[in-house]
Amino acid sequence: MDLADAGHGPGRLAARGVSVGYGDRTVIDGLDVTIPSGVVTAIIGPNGCGKSTLLRTLARLLRPSTGTVVLDGEDIGSLKTREVARKLGLLPQAPVAPEGLTVADLVARGRHPHQSWLRQWSSDDAAVVARALAMTGVSDLADRPVDALSGGQRQRVWISMTLAQGTDLLLLDEPTTYLDLAHAIDVLDLVDDLHEAGRTVVMVLHDLNLAARYSDHLVVMRAGAILAQGHPRDVITAELLRDAFGLRARVIPDPVGDRPLIVPIGRTHVVAPSDRDGNSGQDQR
Amino acid sequence: MSTDVKAKVAPGVRAGRVSFVWRPWLALVTLALAAAAFLVFCLSIGIGDFPIPLPRVIATLLGRGERVDAFVIMDLRLPRALAGLVVGVALGVAGAITQSVARNPLASPDVLGITAGASAVAVFLVTVTGGLAATIAGTVGLSAAALAGGLGTGLLVYFLAWRRGLDGLRLILIGIAVSAVMHAITTWLLVTADIRDVARAQAWLVGSLDGRSWDEVRVALGCSAVLLVVVAAGAFQFRPLHFGDDIAAGLGVRFAWVRAVMLLCAVLLAGAAVSAAGPVPFVALVAPQAAMRLARYPTPPLVASGLVGALLLTGSDVVARTALPVTLPVGVVTAAIGGPFLVYLLVRANLRGR
Repeated sequence: MDLADAGHGPGRLAARGVSVGYGDRTVIDGLDVTIPSGVVTAIIGPNGCGKSTLLRTLARLLRPSTGTVVLDGEDIGSLKTREVARKLGLLPQAPVAPEGLTVADLVARGRHPHQSWLRQWSSDDAAVVARALAMTGVSDLADRPVDALSGGQRQRVWISMTLAQGTDLLLLDEPTTYLDLAHAIDVLDLVDDLHEAGRTVVMVLHDLNLAARYSDHLVVMRAGAILAQGHPRDVITAELLRDAFGLRARVIPDPVGDRPLIVPIGRTHVVAPSDRDGNSGQDQR
Repeated sequence: MSTDVKAKVAPGVRAGRVSFVWRPWLALVTLALAAAAFLVFCLSIGIGDFPIPLPRVIATLLGRGERVDAFVIMDLRLPRALAGLVVGVALGVAGAITQSVARNPLASPDVLGITAGASAVAVFLVTVTGGLAATIAGTVGLSAAALAGGLGTGLLVYFLAWRRGLDGLRLILIGIAVSAVMHAITTWLLVTADIRDVARAQAWLVGSLDGRSWDEVRVALGCSAVLLVVVAAGAFQFRPLHFGDDIAAGLGVRFAWVRAVMLLCAVLLAGAAVSAAGPVPFVALVAPQAAMRLARYPTPPLVASGLVGALLLTGSDVVARTALPVTLPVGVVTAAIGGPFLVYLLVRANLRGR
């Protein structure tokens, strides 16, 4: 794979020949992927391509029918649920907290994998929770009920809970869904902070430009298989967007960043449709 | 900054290797509920043709009473009072578990078909004479058969509701549907049965603590004690289930397994309660909701729910025996007291703006 030459750490989490499905419908068929350590990986692809299924399989929420997911050299299926929870934090799509639960209490639940019936709360726990609250910038909200917060704040709180789990590996399933652009940027900046602090993050994202901007490693999926992967600069091309999404687009340098910027070309409202790079102009699909 | 935040995070209490989160209000409410339940329990023992004042009841319970009191209390009145306590705790805890699992306050054992199933079996045994019914009633007894009926119906609802996981709303809908079928069977049995049997069945159906003897109470008491120990053991792993399956799994909980065990306990607790006192309505639904609001806790607290259940049932029994010249079955009063109490708690929350 192209991981070694990209300067990433060796992968701690990988899928080997994994097939997953619901009932008799196969969503992912014989997929291989290695999640590079210490960077942000974004999984993108059209609706229903199996992005979330892949993430859930990597997190051990789904059991593959064939193949294995490997975490730190061990088959994740052979590990205890609790051991997995101490190594890997997961934020599922659109989680819901019980009404009236305070932010501090919610984040404190992240300590669960480290607690037992007798040892339900230690001073260690308090310190880790306080740090998780501070890192996600929700300390001031600690005694507010979660349901009274805005969508962006709420997502920060949930990320804070997964942080309190104390794992280096974070899996986020569409962390920006239902958020307006400003809050989405806010949450992704937070993800970048986590990465800077040394964590490995894998997230499923819908927005391609945000994925290109905020990830170091892109995994592009289509129909349950990986179409391309690598640094966004190498991966995002007009051809790929056409192959993966059936989208006509131009890829231009991001005027404010060092990543590619995707400018979609729809059927209407396009004043200058001709693509001077000749990448995608010819077919109308 | 950091110490500032730490102050907002719930403080912990440590004693040797044991540590837990210190929630003063929850602890206070739980203690107050326990004290109130005990007081009403003693009050309930004191009531009767031979009234015994509270201090003498307590003295007798502690083994320092007079011999006359001891006979009346220990042999005649304690079974009934204990039955009220146990049935109340069982229903309260069962309701707290089912409401937590479904993440929906509607999901009480009444709604999930457990009581309806137990009732249908009991009415079948009472109204159908001879043949299979007589054999069952003769060998295992009415209470055990009703318990089995509740368990069977509970399991049926659980498996029908299962579809790649458990969805709370689906569980409730299936429960309502199965309950309706059970109610239809019960009604059909009542309509076609002999009128004398119908009277007996009706008395059972309202839910009553009348004439409970040690034999009946012992079974419910033993079953509930064992089940409550299992519930207490599972309570810690049960907590993350309030956040849904994915979060629970992410926090290292084998949620399907924990949920199945806890739900089974809830079904058996409700079944034991119904077999001892009949389908006492509303306690399992209202007790966890009342406990949540009294304790200002976001999820149904197990211990407090059980205590509210005990308080509600024992208190209702006291009212049922003293308020009117005729003695009412307890089930009539639990609904009459429990309903307005829940409405009061909800309205009070509205007035506070939350």
